[in-house]
Amino acid sequence: MSILIDKNTRVMTQGITGKTGMFHTQTSRAYANGKACFVAGVNPKKAGEDFEGIPIYGTVADAKKATGANVSVIYVPPPFAAAAIEEAVDADLDLVICITEGIPVRDMIRTKHRMKGKRTLLVGPNCPGVITPDEIKIGIMPGHIHKKGPVGVVSRSGTLTYEAVGQLTELGLGQSTCVGIGGDPVNGLKHIDVLKMFNDDPKTEAVIMVGEIGGNDEENAARWVKQNMRKPVVGFIAGVTAPPGKRMGHAGAIISGGKGTAQEKLAVMEECGIKTTRNPAEMGRTLKSVLR
Amino acid sequence: MKIHEYQGKQILREYGVPTPRGFPAMSVDEAVDAAKKLGGKVWVVKAQIHAGGRGKGGGVKVAKSIDEVRTLSRKILGMNLVTHQTGPHGQKVRRLLIEEGADIKKELYVGMVVDRGTQQVVLMASSEGGMDIEEVAAKTPQKIKKVFIDPAQGLSDDDADEIALSIGIPESAVAQGRTVFKALYKAFDATDASLAEINPLILTGDGRVVALDAKLNFDDNALFRHPEEVAMRDLDEEDPLEIEASKYDLNYISLDGDIACMVNGAGLAMATMDTIKLYGGAPANFLDVGGGATAEKVTAAFKIMLKNPKVKAILVNIFGGIMKCDTIATGVVAAAREVKLSIPLVVRMKGTNEDLGKKILKDSGLPIISADNMAQAAQKVVAAVKKKAAKPASKPKPKARKAKPAKKKAKKSKRGKKKK
Repeated sequence: MSILIDKNTRVMTQGITGKTGMFHTQTSRAYANGKACFVAGVNPKKAGEDFEGIPIYGTVADAKKATGANVSVIYVPPPFAAAAIEEAVDADLDLVICITEGIPVRDMIRTKHRMKGKRTLLVGPNCPGVITPDEIKIGIMPGHIHKKGPVGVVSRSGTLTYEAVGQLTELGLGQSTCVGIGGDPVNGLKHIDVLKMFNDDPKTEAVIMVGEIGGNDEENAARWVKQNMRKPVVGFIAGVTAPPGKRMGHAGAIISGGKGTAQEKLAVMEECGIKTTRNPAEMGRTLKSVLR
Repeated sequence: MKIHEYQGKQILREYGVPTPRGFPAMSVDEAVDAAKKLGGKVWVVKAQIHAGGRGKGGGVKVAKSIDEVRTLSRKILGMNLVTHQTGPHGQKVRRLLIEEGADIKKELYVGMVVDRGTQQVVLMASSEGGMDIEEVAAKTPQKIKKVFIDPAQGLSDDDADEIALSIGIPESAVAQGRTVFKALYKAFDATDASLAEINPLILTGDGRVVALDAKLNFDDNALFRHPEEVAMRDLDEEDPLEIEASKYDLNYISLDGDIACMVNGAGLAMATMDTIKLYGGAPANFLDVGGGATAEKVTAAFKIMLKNPKVKAILVNIFGGIMKCDTIATGVVAAAREVKLSIPLVVRMKGTNEDLGKKILKDSGLPIISADNMAQAAQKVVAAVKKKAAKPASKPKPKARKAKPAKKKAKKSKRGKKKK
């Protein structure tokens, strides 16, 4: 088993005709069961056409009706991406994964508000996507560094997630599912939501949680872990050296008002029984050390 | 993106927030003209820089005559203003705001930011205005009142009134407080602000509520729909290297150390900085080349990093996923050649076409130090900096090194003798 997605997931790509959408649909399709999983594309101006045999529909609702796709991945440019999320939510999909980077925060505040009471889950925006190794890859991560196995991975950053996965795979530790939740301040699933899913997934035996400076999502997740998690969790927080007030690339990665420092997050995580490392080169080995 | 106080006030006025009358001035003459235009007997000369704490740093002064406006303007314009937000190097003052004096009876605080927890805009207000609000938040958090704003409804009258009363705005002025808070939210929302702050918001002797200061930051992601905000950008207030980097779509931030680093991805870039620190070095910058780095982009990144005179070595850390290691290697070699690189360069590459990338680096004939993982890369670059630092002090090193093996041999033979 896995969380969020598996080989039976059927995916539509919103923004399939853009350069990024085309490229990543190709690589995702080439991975494991991708050929069967990626069944539709959406572009209001190109309904009726196809991309390498994948039919394109005018709306998310049409694509769902015609193909039964229950998950969407979004590569739509930033000015239109929040509306694309809302379209997928209105079509009552199970899951929306938004890769797009650079969506205005104001748009995401409104979109998240409109999502209240709806059942659709959102991963991202500004994230690498989700992968269940050897089954399905939805997003921009390099598939070949992954390996099927018992470790759940949840992270706010892209390449740092690959780093963690790469270390795990080198140590022979495969992954159940890897979830990139994205680096924006207003987003979908948080660390805590993904940890809950890993806790309930019988195939996940341990979780590696990668965070970064800014906000207090990692702290909230850590407190939940202390009370509820039945599996070992290890963690790393990027940005020990980041100066306050400077935005480190991600819109959410900023220490403001003395809050959201890496030290503070690491301290809370440790208090809550999460084994942490200060050395990002040791993420894999740290996880190995807690495996039963 | 940040703007100046006078620009922020201009925006807030458009949305109905009362502010003192005032004019920006780029020269002493303009400052004097502004004071004359304003009339009255008291003026405030305010340094305009993108950092807070200007008053404490000596950048805000009260003048009681036109002559004094002249003297103070002369003094403040061109001064290097040091505040807790500028860092020790300070910021040169190039613009002033000349305002009519205000009769301050009480100083309050109001601010707005996006709250990550509730994923809404939060209005924060306090009776303790005028001072460092972070200190108030840390020491007396009960003195900060908060209301979370429903994005569909906006700030309600009831919430605005409640906040006004809770921070000590008298009953007679609550309607004014409501106007200010609602206007502030309207401005925040319409301008795609990431932060809006009025500190202090004052009660005047004659019972008015007035914004004595204004700080607005805008969401960089939304600038595409606000050309009027882009026009307010003041490049003099920004780090020239950061401006240069933004032209190439590179995410660069200057730091205080001496090891430059170039990484793909913000999280990995921060983690690389952390690793350098962990092994006793100090990063000179944060630099995220992004997902689609080309050879040209890598060259531009090298040039920008090397413009920092403190840099003694470079660490390149790339996890090639979509980006292929051979592409990066080609870029690194081209860049090193073009800038005639004379300082140690450590490269760690991982991922797609890793071996091909390593081969390109090796075949280049350049003295590039290769590393297999992050820890090794950090250790090697820190060692390279230390070695470099040690060199000028001990020139006759080669001789000493030659002598060493001989000593070792001698030791071994001694030991051998003992054993025998």
